[in-house]
Amino acid sequence: MEMLYSITTGVLSTCGLYLILRGRTFPVVVGLTLLSYAVNLFLFSMGGLTTDGATVVHGNGEGHYADPLPQALVLTAIVIGFAMTAFVVILAMRARSEVGNDHVDGKKEDRE
Amino acid sequence: MMQHLIIFPIVLPLVAGILLLYQRQGLIGFKRALGVAATALLVVVAVLLVRQASSGDVLYYALGDWQPPFGIVLVLDRLSALMLLITSLLALGAVVFACAGDDEKGSNFHGLFQWQLLGINGAFLTGDLFNLFVFFEVLLLASYALLLHGGGKARIQAGVHYVVLNLAGSSLFLIAVGILYGATGTLNMADMALRVAELPAERQGLVTAGGLMLLVVFGLKAAILPLYFWLPRAYSAAPAPVAALFAIMTKVGIYAILRVYLLIFGDGAGPLAALEQGWVWWLGLATLVASGVGILAARDLRLLIAYLVLLSVGTLLVGVGMRSAQATSALLYYLIHTTLITGGLFLLADMIGAQRGKAGTRLVKGRPLVQGKALSLALFVGAIAVAGVPPFSGALGKALVLNAAEGAERLWLWPILLLASLASLIALSRAGTTMFWRSHRGSISGKVLPKRQWFGVVWLLSAAPLMVIFAGPISSYTQATAAQLSAPQDLIQTLLPDAGEAP
Repeated sequence: MEMLYSITTGVLSTCGLYLILRGRTFPVVVGLTLLSYAVNLFLFSMGGLTTDGATVVHGNGEGHYADPLPQALVLTAIVIGFAMTAFVVILAMRARSEVGNDHVDGKKEDRE
Repeated sequence: MMQHLIIFPIVLPLVAGILLLYQRQGLIGFKRALGVAATALLVVVAVLLVRQASSGDVLYYALGDWQPPFGIVLVLDRLSALMLLITSLLALGAVVFACAGDDEKGSNFHGLFQWQLLGINGAFLTGDLFNLFVFFEVLLLASYALLLHGGGKARIQAGVHYVVLNLAGSSLFLIAVGILYGATGTLNMADMALRVAELPAERQGLVTAGGLMLLVVFGLKAAILPLYFWLPRAYSAAPAPVAALFAIMTKVGIYAILRVYLLIFGDGAGPLAALEQGWVWWLGLATLVASGVGILAARDLRLLIAYLVLLSVGTLLVGVGMRSAQATSALLYYLIHTTLITGGLFLLADMIGAQRGKAGTRLVKGRPLVQGKALSLALFVGAIAVAGVPPFSGALGKALVLNAAEGAERLWLWPILLLASLASLIALSRAGTTMFWRSHRGSISGKVLPKRQWFGVVWLLSAAPLMVIFAGPISSYTQATAAQLSAPQDLIQTLLPDAGEAP
């Protein structure tokens, strides 16, 4: 399980990083989204992966339960991430209409 | 009432911002009054907080009475109180300036402005790492919208870079927080300092990685050398009152570096102590060099001031990199000065640009100005202060920083900082002579500028003489702050009284 989890996180962040470095706004936005998924997964695993554990509500201090804090953190991070993605999508569209193309520097590439 | 005062700098802008959301035609007078009143009240609160903090006690506010390390805490010490005061003073100047008409160029200026203050104040007060992230996001979201206030091609383009970079930075911040939580099992900064001090050897690598990743994030906010490229464009494109408020944003990064590395990776952290020092010192010097070049190359007054912000960041960073109480005290004095003066200069540049009409803030010959004398006098005062020429506060601040360097540090710092100051002096005098003296003959250009704009500029630039007159009390406060920062045990003791002796 740890192996699968870390490979998933790694693949997501690799794809995210690659896309962020692209020249057009759409891949960059998708890359940011992928990166934030990867980060959320990573954050979720920071308390240690617990399988078949109860929530902390039923844990009586000695039992086998999942660390609740990363869950709360991930929830916050997801909400913030959604808001940011919405904002950056609108911003990219505004940039497309004001500048006239969708390059992040606002310049047409030479090979076009 | 007094014990709830700590949360006031967060609640006040939040409530004011919500009230300001209300939309109706012809409400602008009400909005302006509310925005200015809330900001002025914030100044009063900040002054009260500084008075509370200057006793030397660390105060904290546990939300919902959940005691640390489990609950969310706001911590007030001398440093955070000082930063709150600077923010509110700067904001008051900026918001009054905006009331002259800049706030009508887009929607919701005053509400966003208050939320920006909410984020900044929260970042200065919070006592745990995850809430630092949350408040960073709050201030960034507001700043994205404020940067785009008024629209236009240049702003949108600068905005795309700014937003994408900061989103990537937020991801890094979360990764770093996750690593540190995983390795130490806590998010409370005071608690983390204790855990780092007794860290098992196999986790040191993880914590080092997390700690340095945080440095990248704070470096992005503060605009350290390889991460500053967004700054000149964004600051020179932003509307004037927003650019002035942004003068504190780089300082949020500096504050976070000071707070995290002096508390968590302080002298008690064993092998992890002073994790950042080498990086911050050398990159700070490199930032100084880059800003000197940028200052000389800038062909626009606003861009020139944006590079002056970068110069101040470099100066502050080398102060952090020296990591001595004397250097911290010096950099805090310099921080007050540079925040207020660069903020004032951004406002002033906008006024000059408005009066010059078509020539704008570009450094080209234009027609003579209606209020040329007053504007040039203000620019003169600001330029002398920011370049660090006596008799104003810049000279004192720079002298303190230079004096704090010891031994081999002098060899590096003195020539670089002095040459960068010389560069800013040359560039500013060139800008001043081009805009005010080398003007075409011909009709006088421009309309008389509103009184509110003058108030904003004079309010901020008056820091230059006032900080020299009151240098004694200010520097004794900054020295006490530096002493408090270099002894983080007091803060940890206050927050976690049980954890003191028996780890």
